[in-house]
Amino acid sequence: MNRRTRSIAVNGALALVALVTAFPLLWMVSASLMPAGMSANFPPPLWTTHPTLVHYRELFAHAGFGRHFVNSALIASGATLLALTLNVMAGYAFAKLDFPGRDRLHRVLVAGLVIPAQVAMLPLFLELKSIGLVDTLAGVLVPSLAGIFSIFLVRQAALSIPDELLDAARIDGASEWTIYRRIVLPLLTPMLVTLAVFTFLGAWNDFLWPLIILNDDDRYTLPVALASLSREHVQDSELMMAGSVVTVLPVLALFLGLQRYYLQGLMAGAVKG
Amino acid sequence: MIRRGTGLWFATPALAVIAVFFFLPVAGALVLGFTDFDIYAIADLRNVRFVGLRNFQELLATPLFWRALGNTLYFAVVGVPLSMAASVGAALLLNSPLARLKSFYRTVLFAPVVTTLVAVALIWRYLLHTRYGLLNYGLGLAGISPIDWLGNPTTALPAIILFSVWKNFGYNMVIVLVALQQIPEDLYEAASLDGASAWQQFRHVTLPSLRPTLAFVGILTLAAYFQLFAEPYVMTQGGPAQSTLSILYFMYDEGFKWWNLGRASAVAFVLFLMMFAVTGFNAWLAQRRAA
Repeated sequence: MNRRTRSIAVNGALALVALVTAFPLLWMVSASLMPAGMSANFPPPLWTTHPTLVHYRELFAHAGFGRHFVNSALIASGATLLALTLNVMAGYAFAKLDFPGRDRLHRVLVAGLVIPAQVAMLPLFLELKSIGLVDTLAGVLVPSLAGIFSIFLVRQAALSIPDELLDAARIDGASEWTIYRRIVLPLLTPMLVTLAVFTFLGAWNDFLWPLIILNDDDRYTLPVALASLSREHVQDSELMMAGSVVTVLPVLALFLGLQRYYLQGLMAGAVKG
Repeated sequence: MIRRGTGLWFATPALAVIAVFFFLPVAGALVLGFTDFDIYAIADLRNVRFVGLRNFQELLATPLFWRALGNTLYFAVVGVPLSMAASVGAALLLNSPLARLKSFYRTVLFAPVVTTLVAVALIWRYLLHTRYGLLNYGLGLAGISPIDWLGNPTTALPAIILFSVWKNFGYNMVIVLVALQQIPEDLYEAASLDGASAWQQFRHVTLPSLRPTLAFVGILTLAAYFQLFAEPYVMTQGGPAQSTLSILYFMYDEGFKWWNLGRASAVAFVLFLMMFAVTGFNAWLAQRRAA
């Protein structure tokens, strides 16, 4: 095979794989714009010449998706903000500050990485029930806060900050808090963005825990609302696809915007293991 | 130089949250599995009794538990190699010096990874529809008669595997791509000087260089695939004939549908053992590699 034919083969294969991969997402958008019942035809239509937004209107006007969207947005941003605040401070402390029991605590956290979150779910439910957090938005974001893995990622990044830099600031009389805010946080910014994207996507896409902890329809996040809607409206494929678009589009947009940070974080995590 | 103690102020908030909302429940899970905690205990804690190993004995005598375990293992054992093969294939294409628009293709192939599982599982439910689904339409053009993918106990889990490969292959693809870029170019030059064909180069240069990465991502993927839940919840509700019921789905039903939290904790413990075996194997591999 000469170079030209091989080039055609490689690029053709790539285009084909990309098309097959993107197809379900493209079809989702297309089907969400079809008039009701149109996708249940044979042969199945790929697009409509009469696009309509009626299903989106239905979702927001009658199925409460405005509420669910706000719930998801609140939980994902709240979880991101709180988790970042907690875990970045801790990650920095484990890397650069000395405190009694640090190495022992570090070993305990490493051991904790092996335990799947689902093991904690049943007792966590009872625990949150006893403090009145079941069926609240705060209850949904609690597991996103306990981020052992995030602490390790921050620790890894913070290890590369030179001690001399911190010590120089100490000699100038800066408090530890000032050093953290003025020197450490700016140096860690790329890692912070990475972590924020990961936490936000994780909280937005999470399904099992919100399903467990939420009862009231008003507090459902988008994935829980979507799953619940699909059990009643499975025949209304165009409506369901509009719901999927509303759920997927924000995270897809976030990923496209911050892709570089996301992929860097993925690689940092992979190299670490 | 460093003031001792300040570190504690920085670490304590996060450590407290982890202790209260992670380690405490994990300890609770160990206790819960040995009790008969059920809906009466939720109403009044005085109804809880220790029952020793009874939950575990009952679990082992429950055919549905074995069914769920079998389904989960089937999903993992078939799904992981297929996902990995897709990841490696896509990474090889992206890594080819002949490929154009690499970053565009990488983004497209990665996109399913960041999507919301529930939402994309719904898409696939329609694509897999027996009569109006585009998959059967495509197969029909090739002369294959319609398959009731999600309605038939023998095809439901394979259909979910197909969906999972689509959803997940981009993740490992990116990691494999990095590993491919780290293989020294002169290895290939030496091989081609020796007259090795493209296949021989893949077999004797690429694959051995990738082995540590493949072992690592394979094990992570296996651990992730043990946690199958939302896919069957949305696509098949565990059916037909319990053919897509997973361990986690079984735990969810026991715990939050029937409120048998004691028995559900025993199931959670089994899931923990499965994950522990896998990660332990990973640690053993890493040690052997280091030695």
